[in-house]
Amino acid sequence: MWAFIGRNLVLRIALLFVVSVLIHTIIHIAPGEPSQVDPSNPRMKPEDIAKIRAAFHLDDPLYLQYAYWLTDLLTGELKSFKDNQPVLGKIWRRFLNSLPLFVCTTLLVWTLAFPVGIHAAVTRGSMFDRTSTFLAYAMISFPGFVLAYILILEIVQFFEIPVIGLRTFGMESASSLFKFMDRIWHLVLPAFVGALGGIAVLSRYVRSQMLEVVNQDYIRTARAKGLEEDTVIYRHALRNALLPFITMFGLLLPGLVGGSVIFETIFAWPGLGRLGFEAILSRDFPVILTLNVFGAALTLVGTFVSDVLYAVADPRIRLE
Amino acid sequence: MTSTPVHTDVTLSSETLAPPETPWQEFWRTFKKDKLALGSTVILIGLLIVGLSGKIFTEWIVVFDTEVVRLPDKFKPPLSTPSQGIIPEQDLPALGLYLLGTDELGRDVFARMLQGSFVSLSIGFVAAGLSMIIGVILGALAGFFGTVKIFKLVSVDTLIMRFTDVMLCIPTFFLILTVVALLPPSIYNIMIVIGLTSWMGNCRLVRAEILALREQDFVQAGKALGLPEHRIIFRHLVPNAMSPVLVSTTIGVATAILTESALSFLGFGAQPPHATWGNILSDGKGFIFDAPWLVMIPGTAIFVVVLAFNLVGEGLREALNPKLRRR
Repeated sequence: MWAFIGRNLVLRIALLFVVSVLIHTIIHIAPGEPSQVDPSNPRMKPEDIAKIRAAFHLDDPLYLQYAYWLTDLLTGELKSFKDNQPVLGKIWRRFLNSLPLFVCTTLLVWTLAFPVGIHAAVTRGSMFDRTSTFLAYAMISFPGFVLAYILILEIVQFFEIPVIGLRTFGMESASSLFKFMDRIWHLVLPAFVGALGGIAVLSRYVRSQMLEVVNQDYIRTARAKGLEEDTVIYRHALRNALLPFITMFGLLLPGLVGGSVIFETIFAWPGLGRLGFEAILSRDFPVILTLNVFGAALTLVGTFVSDVLYAVADPRIRLE
Repeated sequence: MTSTPVHTDVTLSSETLAPPETPWQEFWRTFKKDKLALGSTVILIGLLIVGLSGKIFTEWIVVFDTEVVRLPDKFKPPLSTPSQGIIPEQDLPALGLYLLGTDELGRDVFARMLQGSFVSLSIGFVAAGLSMIIGVILGALAGFFGTVKIFKLVSVDTLIMRFTDVMLCIPTFFLILTVVALLPPSIYNIMIVIGLTSWMGNCRLVRAEILALREQDFVQAGKALGLPEHRIIFRHLVPNAMSPVLVSTTIGVATAILTESALSFLGFGAQPPHATWGNILSDGKGFIFDAPWLVMIPGTAIFVVVLAFNLVGEGLREALNPKLRRR
């Protein structure tokens, strides 16, 4: 067990290193540089561009640039090209903004997808099953941002839920309860819209997993013993159907970085996805690179945790 | 007495020897049971025709001109007629009315949708095809040459699968966004980048299939016949390993179309003069109150196509699944 964990950690750190080298190479080989963001600016003289390039080490060979990035990152000295702020601090602040949205979305997805999927599987072929299947496909096939726009239009007119940003502007002097409720209200719509696609995908998975398990022999045995239907479904079937979802849970984490670009842009939510988007627009290489590596690290952590949890939950699996 | 059992034996064995139906017949019998998938296939064939005619009638023989700007006729709702006398004769739309309305420059949305259908479909097909080709080649190599070592250091399998792991680690949409934003804008770049970042699933599927097939008798027979390895891999193994890849490629086309529309939304999709459904949609989103059809028409088109591809993919999954077949 411990040997497995140790070996796995080493392997994953090596993977992370390769990922960072790969992303670094991609970003630096692709055309477009920080010095070219504003080529039409008449005040940008060639000497200024040369100065910028020298300051950002853009003239050095690639491996040296990578070494600069890595040492700066490890010592915490890494500065953004755009505003010279520490990159780690920037990412940390945006991470704190993204986190509540991510947690709410995940909670919505996992609490709604399971009942829908289980019910659809148990009543296979029923009206509910067919409707939920069709709705799930519709949700998967609809471009998320169009759905968000339509929902914004309808919901704002009906319920007066705030749709833009993290909090209402000018609420700084309000009492803390008020501020808290304000932030909750701002969470509602982005979390709900972000969750719709996830609910569709996950409920389909739950349904097919449950169907696979429900046809097994031990379920028939459980029924033959005369157990109540609820016990059969929730104690015998669901527990076994749950196993693959440990893997899915591990794959959730990277959604913190990559999955949220569109919705954070629509709802003007100052989270990680938007930070990356802004960094891409201004060719802010350190931020782009660090965010990508952060996303990769989250993936590695997620799969690692799910591997270990899998072994804990399923006695048939031994980590050697 | 003695002749009868011999006779029945002969008929029995000839019955069991003759295949009841070819794999294609078997596939078709299962597939056509799924009415949704069948309907979606019909829709997709219709769309392919629309896409091809879009290429022909908007670029080769210009019947529907996508670039005529008619400022007096901007934001005309669908099925409205052009204002008589103001629009010059040669600028009138081909059918005498704006079938799907006009946009903020008075361009005919029908012509643009027609042009966009070809571009959007080709982005989907090229990206999914590219990811299929890369995935199949890498997966076949990893599966077949699994234990062969390069420079006596790492095996081919380890090398390819670790590279797949590396690619799986990177947040895909973010990587696509980064690369597309840094590269000069062009639809070819978008196709290639989406294809290059989505082959990992195919690679794993093909590798798993080939690992299982590698030890079967027909591979031994091929080796005994002295067939070259590339022939064994690509003529004998890969066709047998294709069915899960076919399903994931069908769904991949849908995903690529959605990804393109998401990139368009962020301003990194196909750039004018190329019209795609994605950029008609994202241009139209600013006028959602004044001209809702600019969002609804491309939105519905994307929805229908992506839904059709997903349903066909599910139908294929059912029809190609050996577990479900013989029922």
